[in-house]
Amino acid sequence: MNQSKQITPKEVLATAQSLRWEVGSDFHEIVMESIYADAARIADRVVTRPGEKPRFDLDRTIDRIVTHRFWGFPFMILLFTLVFWITITGANIPSQWLANILIETIYPFLKDLAATIGMPWWLEGVLIDGMYLATAWVISVMLPPMAIFFPLFTLLEDFGYLPRVGFNLDNVFKKAGAHGKQSLSMMMGFGCNAAGVISTRIIDSPRERLIAIITNNFALCNGRWPTQILIATLFIGGMVPAYWAGLISALAVVGIALLGVLFTFLVSWGLSRSMLKGEVSTFSLELPPYRPPRIWQTIYVSIIDRTIFVLWRAIVFALPAGVVIWLIANITINGTSIAEYLINFLNPLGILIGLNGVILVAYIVAIPANEIVIPTILMLTVLVTGVSSVGEGAGVMFELESEDALRSLFLAGGWTLLTAVNLMLFSLVHNPCSTTIYTIFKETGSRKWTAISTLLPLVMGFALTFLVAQVWRLIFGSG
Amino acid sequence: MTKELTNTEAPCASCPVHHAANLKKLGVDMKDWDFVVALAGNPNVGKSTVFNALTGLRQHTGNWPGKTVSRAEGGFEFGEGRYKLVDLPGTYSLLATSLDEEIARDFILFGQPDVTVVVVDATRLERNLNLVLQVLEITDRVVVCLNLMDEAQRNGLKIDDRRLARDLGVPVVPTTARYNQGLEHLLQAISDVGTGKTICKPHKVQNVPPDLKLAVTQLENQIQQLYPDLPNARWVALRLLDGDERIAESIRKGELGDLTRGASEETSQSIDLRLEAA
Repeated sequence: MNQSKQITPKEVLATAQSLRWEVGSDFHEIVMESIYADAARIADRVVTRPGEKPRFDLDRTIDRIVTHRFWGFPFMILLFTLVFWITITGANIPSQWLANILIETIYPFLKDLAATIGMPWWLEGVLIDGMYLATAWVISVMLPPMAIFFPLFTLLEDFGYLPRVGFNLDNVFKKAGAHGKQSLSMMMGFGCNAAGVISTRIIDSPRERLIAIITNNFALCNGRWPTQILIATLFIGGMVPAYWAGLISALAVVGIALLGVLFTFLVSWGLSRSMLKGEVSTFSLELPPYRPPRIWQTIYVSIIDRTIFVLWRAIVFALPAGVVIWLIANITINGTSIAEYLINFLNPLGILIGLNGVILVAYIVAIPANEIVIPTILMLTVLVTGVSSVGEGAGVMFELESEDALRSLFLAGGWTLLTAVNLMLFSLVHNPCSTTIYTIFKETGSRKWTAISTLLPLVMGFALTFLVAQVWRLIFGSG
Repeated sequence: MTKELTNTEAPCASCPVHHAANLKKLGVDMKDWDFVVALAGNPNVGKSTVFNALTGLRQHTGNWPGKTVSRAEGGFEFGEGRYKLVDLPGTYSLLATSLDEEIARDFILFGQPDVTVVVVDATRLERNLNLVLQVLEITDRVVVCLNLMDEAQRNGLKIDDRRLARDLGVPVVPTTARYNQGLEHLLQAISDVGTGKTICKPHKVQNVPPDLKLAVTQLENQIQQLYPDLPNARWVALRLLDGDERIAESIRKGELGDLTRGASEETSQSIDLRLEAA
């Protein structure tokens, strides 16, 4: 073997090729087995187990309930309903409290200040009526539910419950022709779709990974939870006696989230039978042990990591959006503002699908971040309805005195229960935010799949709301 | 070969561990590092917790597999050295059958970290050792972090960590990273392996059947001739015989050869680019 001093890479590879015939096809298994055997031998020497008495295994007992074939799903729904109920009932008081400070105290103070120093009306409009109010709105509406919801969700995650949800859903995903690990990337999507799309890297097969990326948008993200919670509280909760309101609103939000899961399955199923045909790969999902979460640290981290992060993102997008809204509401052509032109232009389409022009304009303004949909809708509704008692002028947001005031504003804007239901549906099923779209492009490297991931949910959203509106009007006559 | 790294009592003033209080968490400020430390391990063994405890970063730690799918990086300063810590995705093996396994494997192989810390779950030692043994085949500069010792104790498990260190031939440090226990010993072990104070004699997998051994040895010798300085010729031979295309490719392109010529800096840069693109 030593005769040739200079051996080339090619020769080494050739040797490897020929030797591969000799070692046979089960070489891989043999090597793995010898690693396993060594690991077992070492572990056996090192670990001393306590007297072999059959102990009560708490983890297994919990698993037996939460991953039960029949009780697993009801338990899951019950748990999430509880989380939303706590969020909805708990957020009311701090929301009003924040609005009192930010909008009823500081806002007039800033107006007075602007008047005192003689600020030009347009600058005052852009800065205070546009930027400040949009930001104040985002904070008072979004901060309290997020500060309650995210720690609760993180506690569930840290306790080890989320992988069990993945376990429960795994079978359904397989039936839909998708990878079982998609249940995990979907759970991540409930926090943030951009993160969910990145987390699909755990899926090996490109086909199944694409399915997971395209359908991740059906997992309600951080930016959309507050919209769902607010609209459910105002309209769905408002239909029933006060003592039921919290529970019913919570159930409505859970219903929408579950609908999202259902769409994930349906679209995965459809894709795996049309554009993305192929075999389902198997995998083993490890159920990690339950660990008592470190409550204070979890709350701290989830507030820093998620609440402040999402809030910051919302504020960053709300500032320019506030300016844009104020400008389109105040720049007039022939006596009509740009916003009104836009709203009037989109209104027929909006009405057709059970929404209205204001909502569609808001969704265009909010493409960078779903978080500012509600503030935008509010500002534009004030503009259109001209409800002067609550607003200070065109494109200006108003005092958030109570939920009733908010509700009556929407009613003045021509909202019905159908509008609310369809807004919740449209919020669930529409194009992903621009960050997610960009992430999808980075992950897939393909314009085609990015376009499909963006347009498919948008088309579905229009179709769904259109259908619901038609059926609704057929049954109730109007709406 | 393993020093007194295993006692869990408070360090006394005379030993270097005492100065672990000098740990300076650098977060993402990683300029001018002296050592690159890779953090490997099975999913859900507290890898991210160790990462956070050492760097002072707050990467969210989750109790489920697949949480870290890309790499996270952070830095810390300990003793004389500045360390760059790279948190690899949690994997059960390094066979590179999925993107996360490939990221972890490629970094350990081509990134040539100065120290690779394998975090293992003390309550599931046997399964975790599979990964440790695979890492030991690739690199000998390894520290095993025996994490979740509190859970092992709660489950009534007794683990002879000195015996384990002897069997594996690398330092083993018991820790409970969640409560910051044992981390100062871990830092000392990392520093000792990084500076070459501790020389490891890693365990190599035995039990390969005699007829296969011949083929492995023949190929190993050829690879050794081709790249005399390659530390893991045997492992490369095993991978080639297993039909690993990525490794064959790296021989064809000369990437493996570059590793032995001290060009690791460049290679790890190009790996970074490749991972970015992945």
